[in-house]
Amino acid sequence: MDFLIMNEMGFPILSALIFMPLVGALILLCIPGDTAAKNWTLLVTVATALLSLSLYRNFDATTAQYQFGEHASWISALNINYTLGIDGISLLLVLLTTCIMPLCVLGSWRYIDKRVKEFMICLLLMETSMLGVFMALDFILFYLLWEAMLIPMYLLIAVWGGPRKVYASTKFFLYTLAGSVLLLVAIIGLYLDQGTFSIPTLMGQDYSITFQVVVFLAFFLAFAIKVPMFPFHTWLPAAHVEAPTAGSVILASILLKMGTYGFLRFCLPITPEATLIFVPYILWLSVVGILYGGFTALAQQDMKKLIAYSSVGHMGFVTLGIFVLNQQGIEGALLQMINHGVTTGALFFCVGMIYERTHSRELDAAAGLGKFMPIYVTFLAFFSLSSLAFPGTNSFVGEFLILVGGFANNKIVTAFAIPGAVLAAAYMFRMLQRVVWGRPVNPDHSGLSDLNLREMATLAPLLVFVFWIGLSPGPFLKVMHVSVTHLIEQVGGGSGGAVSIARLMIP
Amino acid sequence: MKLMLFAPELVLLLGSLFLFLLSTGKAGSKKARAVTLGLALFNVLVCLVCLPLAGSLFYEAYRIDFFSQLIKLVMAMGFAVVLLFSTELKGIDDEIRPEYYLFLTLSMLGLTMLVSSVELLTMFIALELSSYSLYILVPMRDDRTGLRMQMESAIKYILFGVVATGVMLFGMSYLFGLTGTTYLIYLLPILHQMMGNPAALVAIAMVLGGFFFKLAVFPFHSWVPDVYQGASNETTAFIASVPKVAAVAMLIRLTAMATAEGQGLVTLLIVLSVCSMFYGNLVALQQTDMKRMLGFSGIAHAGYVLLGLVTMQEVGFATSLYYIIGYLLMNLAAFLVICKVSAKGENLEVNDLSGLHQRSPLLALTLAISMFSMAGIPPFVGFMGKFMLLTGAFQTGHLSLVILAAINTAISIYYYLSVVRVTYSTSPEDRPAVVVGGVAKAVSVALVMIIIAMGLFPDPILQLATYAVRAIL
Repeated sequence: MDFLIMNEMGFPILSALIFMPLVGALILLCIPGDTAAKNWTLLVTVATALLSLSLYRNFDATTAQYQFGEHASWISALNINYTLGIDGISLLLVLLTTCIMPLCVLGSWRYIDKRVKEFMICLLLMETSMLGVFMALDFILFYLLWEAMLIPMYLLIAVWGGPRKVYASTKFFLYTLAGSVLLLVAIIGLYLDQGTFSIPTLMGQDYSITFQVVVFLAFFLAFAIKVPMFPFHTWLPAAHVEAPTAGSVILASILLKMGTYGFLRFCLPITPEATLIFVPYILWLSVVGILYGGFTALAQQDMKKLIAYSSVGHMGFVTLGIFVLNQQGIEGALLQMINHGVTTGALFFCVGMIYERTHSRELDAAAGLGKFMPIYVTFLAFFSLSSLAFPGTNSFVGEFLILVGGFANNKIVTAFAIPGAVLAAAYMFRMLQRVVWGRPVNPDHSGLSDLNLREMATLAPLLVFVFWIGLSPGPFLKVMHVSVTHLIEQVGGGSGGAVSIARLMIP
Repeated sequence: MKLMLFAPELVLLLGSLFLFLLSTGKAGSKKARAVTLGLALFNVLVCLVCLPLAGSLFYEAYRIDFFSQLIKLVMAMGFAVVLLFSTELKGIDDEIRPEYYLFLTLSMLGLTMLVSSVELLTMFIALELSSYSLYILVPMRDDRTGLRMQMESAIKYILFGVVATGVMLFGMSYLFGLTGTTYLIYLLPILHQMMGNPAALVAIAMVLGGFFFKLAVFPFHSWVPDVYQGASNETTAFIASVPKVAAVAMLIRLTAMATAEGQGLVTLLIVLSVCSMFYGNLVALQQTDMKRMLGFSGIAHAGYVLLGLVTMQEVGFATSLYYIIGYLLMNLAAFLVICKVSAKGENLEVNDLSGLHQRSPLLALTLAISMFSMAGIPPFVGFMGKFMLLTGAFQTGHLSLVILAAINTAISIYYYLSVVRVTYSTSPEDRPAVVVGGVAKAVSVALVMIIIAMGLFPDPILQLATYAVRAIL
């Protein structure tokens, strides 16, 4: 247990975070009435978010060990334990999850009008399993939550989704499940090799190359589908388009991050030599994803589809950053995961808000909103700028770090990723131009009301983060630094000379 | 106190005698049902009391140990659950209901005796007692379609059953010829010395055939879809659940005989397991009838259970036992929903479940959890069982088998998910709401809770199963 710093806060904070939404969901079963259900869910998610802030306050950024640790025997026959802990890699993702969830509840306030209680229960169950995935340090606990999450997410799309919800939800479920069955086999393989399911213990062991390659491929398939990386991405646009707003936000902001989190937590430290073998291929796949996502987004008429394909591109940047295997790349990737969660989540909220008013997500139907919804387009503009990595916004910092890291590792591949940034500007400005000004003759929007207080409250916190991370990323990079350094030591790759440059340019 | 050793069987025996008397008179079906239900619940109690007993009866032909007692308890519970939710017995004519209950109880008696038998002929008689009662239950369904579907099913069931029995008897004759005894305890040591002998392998394989038939393992599976479809929903619920537990128990007893030298047997089990999984899952993809689909899924699950047997180790046997107990629960949950949704006892198409989440939220949830559990999605018992089976098989070096099983999980999710999809993503159109009685509600909540609890905390049941297996090794 030398990897774990036990929790000393007087109460098991990580368990509390995991189980608060679950208990909230059980209590919700007995609460009658739609409004009461919404209020209760909001209360639970806000309380969870507030509680999670104390994680940041008490986090020790000087150690790469797992903190707030909890350990209990769970299934003794197979040496499975209930082990929780977070380090610099998972801390921000946990905070992102807890902070996005109240906004999801707010964003569904009016959008969901049937079976509200069940919807809220699904949201809370999602929160429990997502937090658990980021905190679990035992493979079976991780896998259990990783798979269990499919059920509420499936229901979110299948029950509350759009017209093609059946197709989208089934595809989502099948893809993700098919990807992770071999993950289970790989996990069992690791267990039989080492006699433990403890993730930190499995890192840095002396596995044979063949074994590493096989395990890596099984991991890679599961995580690449979740990210989704280029050839495995086809479930994503379907799921995004049909899911209700909150579902899209959860998918984009948190679920996709689990794939990249998986790379960081499992592929790199457990199978480092296999990682080095596969790095060139994955880098090229990432670049293909960036360009493919960009070009496809450029051609979309449906705003949700546009953002979904832009996600493919952005996640391509993240995987690029991870697999260049140096400090800037991985820190940039990690930061970009948070950024993508903030920005894309916000964009999905924006699309949802139009949809609530016009019942259409077509770009043409939303053309020329600027005149009637000035506050709305202000938000939309800032989030779009953030999405295309405009300097001063959060994504700029992330993408910049990734590119710096990329050039230190492989100049040719990274050079091919640059047009991706230009493409992002192209499709985002195209959307922005249409929505704000439109054509000379636009559909009549005179009946539309601008954002109300609730909607502003949904978007404002995200906007704060856009600028906070954009202008002062220090507090966010600080907590991950030591963990990332440790991770790179585990992989054995050296960090290039670009460190000093990046240090100079990032405050 | 020798009488206590035989108490569960005695209760069922006296109960069936009483039911026999009832069925000769003019007693109504309500009374017969009340008697049977009372009997089943009492039987659970008796099994619980008799759980720790050990001993032997009838000149060593009948052994009471923790293994047999645990299986009896599990089966008694399954029997009670089936009776609890099949309140109306919709598919059976009112006139013959007392007889229906009589044969159901007799079949249960046969199964209860089977798991204690440690002598080949006793085993055979017990098995036939349960089988023949089941053969009679199938054609008792009323002839609603005019096609006499239930007759066809019954004939198929009997023919296949008799052939399987014949194979088993033939194998038993080999065993007797090779060893000169029919007692398993005396048979074992002699058999161990001749495990290299092909005759011994053939003999064991043939004896296993009888139980493969009960469990619906490929190639003894062909009765399943037609019998499931032709028998009334309640009958199918019983056939699909309780006898399979007994079959697994007997398979464990017999496979344990082979031990280390039985490489040929292991290969045979692997082949059958792979065939069952692929055949069951691939054919199930095409089904539109709920019961047929569950039948094929049952074939696939039989394949998964064999994963535990191929390990030839205590842990593997215990996980097989754990898995079949889990399967009993998820299967009962699914059949509970089928029996309740089917308004007049007719067969259910998958599409008949449309909009179930509006017609009865509880049943929809029960069905969804049962389906996800069968598909092996956590946090349900199906996942935990499958995970432990895979671990066990991997541990003994059957990696390719493990990978094939994992692929099968991915295949099977499609048809399980399509049931959930119909339940949750469609509107009921003009289908009426489903009325569910208080008892059925309580049973379904209990089943759901046990399915989740066993998935999250497998330790207690697994430990019981391990003790049980240790008792026979």
